Amino acid sequence: MVRVDGEDGAETLIRVRNLDKRYQRGSEEIHVLQGLNLDVGRGEFVAFMGPSGSGKTTLLNLLGGLDVPSAGSITVDGDELTRMSAAKLTRWRARHVGFIFQMYNLLPVLTAFGNVELPLLLTRLDRAQRRRQVETALALVGLADRMDHFPRQLSGGQEQRVAIARAIVADPSFLLCDEPTGDLDRASAGEILDLLTALAREYGKTILMVTHDPRAAERADCVLHLDKGVLVEAAGEAARA
Amino acid sequence: MKYLGLVLANVRRKKTRTLLTVGSFAVALFLFGLLAAIHFAFYQGVEVAGADRLVVINRVSIIQPLPVSYRERLLQLAGVQAVTSANWFGGVYQDERNFFPQYAVDHESYRGMFSEFVIPDEQWQAFAGDRQGCVVGAALAQRYGWKLGDRIPIRGTIFPGIWEFNVRAIYRGSRPGDDEGQFWFRRDYLEERGPEWIKGLVGWYIVRVGDGVDAAAVSRAIDERFANSPFETKTEPERAFAASFAKQMGNIEALILIIGGVVFFTLLLVTGNTQALSVRERTTELAVLKTLGFSDRFALLLVLSESVLVAGVGGLAGITAAKLVTPALTQALPGFTVFLPTWDLVVGLFLALLVGLAAGLLPAVSAMRLRVVDALRRV
Repeated sequence: MVRVDGEDGAETLIRVRNLDKRYQRGSEEIHVLQGLNLDVGRGEFVAFMGPSGSGKTTLLNLLGGLDVPSAGSITVDGDELTRMSAAKLTRWRARHVGFIFQMYNLLPVLTAFGNVELPLLLTRLDRAQRRRQVETALALVGLADRMDHFPRQLSGGQEQRVAIARAIVADPSFLLCDEPTGDLDRASAGEILDLLTALAREYGKTILMVTHDPRAAERADCVLHLDKGVLVEAAGEAARA
Repeated sequence: MKYLGLVLANVRRKKTRTLLTVGSFAVALFLFGLLAAIHFAFYQGVEVAGADRLVVINRVSIIQPLPVSYRERLLQLAGVQAVTSANWFGGVYQDERNFFPQYAVDHESYRGMFSEFVIPDEQWQAFAGDRQGCVVGAALAQRYGWKLGDRIPIRGTIFPGIWEFNVRAIYRGSRPGDDEGQFWFRRDYLEERGPEWIKGLVGWYIVRVGDGVDAAAVSRAIDERFANSPFETKTEPERAFAASFAKQMGNIEALILIIGGVVFFTLLLVTGNTQALSVRERTTELAVLKTLGFSDRFALLLVLSESVLVAGVGGLAGITAAKLVTPALTQALPGFTVFLPTWDLVVGLFLALLVGLAAGLLPAVSAMRLRVVDALRRV
């Protein structure tokens, strides 16, 4: 169950305590996140909403180990990110986090297969094992027949599905999605949201998604609102709970 | 090996740009190969000079002769194993463009001195038995289409008149780069037909010292032996003699070094700029790779690998082309053996890889230092 009150809960995968993030822009200090607390359980699908500049992406970057907080702690499955060196954090990211971006961010020089295979290059799997996993992931997102296509040969929705396959291929602990439907038409967005929902419901994936789209947020178990760096409201299942 | 696909994919990203960069390396290495071959042509004597051979010339100048009688006196010196002599003839074949070195040699001792030149026994016997006989290098014979038994007219410039020779032997070098462009004929023919003043005189002596003999001491002993005589000598190792001979044509080595240096420096700047541009264009992709868990060191090595690969392919193409073209240059430069030694091929390729590495270094470091959050924010 998602909690934002700082009280410890059972079955917590991600635990955030008193998280602060400040940036220095010239002489001005920008306080992006202020004393944020959050607990996310395994298999939960959480959506973060809020106006631009509210700190949603910053929170996602911190949870993904791409950035370090100014204060506070983030613990994922017992690993405290804030105590890790940059190199260790990189290795941790490869094992535990799957990223899905608004602009898909596929490598244009690689085929769908090559893009999905990327995270597996960091594992000890041999070529045949990698191939099997990539084929499984692409089949899961419905693109088994587009394996040899380059991103330029795919539609936006298909590109995002390849990105989802890339995010799940190494079976990470959780997925971080930054506006995954922000660049898609309504139909494609719906397909992507169906896919994410299925990953959460059927495969028990923990998903944290930043979105501006209320229709996308509706798919989540819980919607959290960020405003000026503070989690001000919880909705959906968590609120109802 | 599992990352090779990624490296190759990145290299193929902008095919035209990659081809142009590969082409830059190819042209630079082609030029390097030609310079190295030309350097070899000028310094060939130095490269292939025998370590156990000394050259004895007139102390005043190489164009001043030495008495033929010195041969016996040289042989009497301790440490001297064999002695032979030669005269410069300086003729041309058909017209001035067809210049190549011609030597009037002591046919009884010359072959034994230069064991690197391989001549079939029966051909040598034919040469020794024909006063107008001559021995030509295989490359020279090929250039003019000469074969055994041909009669070759040479117009003398120092010794006037048309001199006719019979091709009795064709020699081949036993090592790559051995000079196969020489023309030898018998000195007794020169004495017979030449002017009165050449009789009893040779151009220079070549002396072979025995194994383990101090060549410098023998050189000193020779010069001391003929000191205060009308024909004082200057003796030096064949290698030093060849080097000083080459330097008479100007400091070719320095010229080649300067040209080569400028070419490689320009290549470094051009390729460095191209690599920097390539990395700038891929900022987001590099950030995505790091997001997925690829390390900073991986980003560094990825960019360096691409740069080195392009340099290697271009370098290999250029140096191979140079190797293929050098035989044609030998045809175009009569009197010189243009040859690209294997060592220079290796050095050229190493230099290409080094330039590739240096050109990729700054972009690779910037890729390594790229902060994911900043790079993704720029999207």
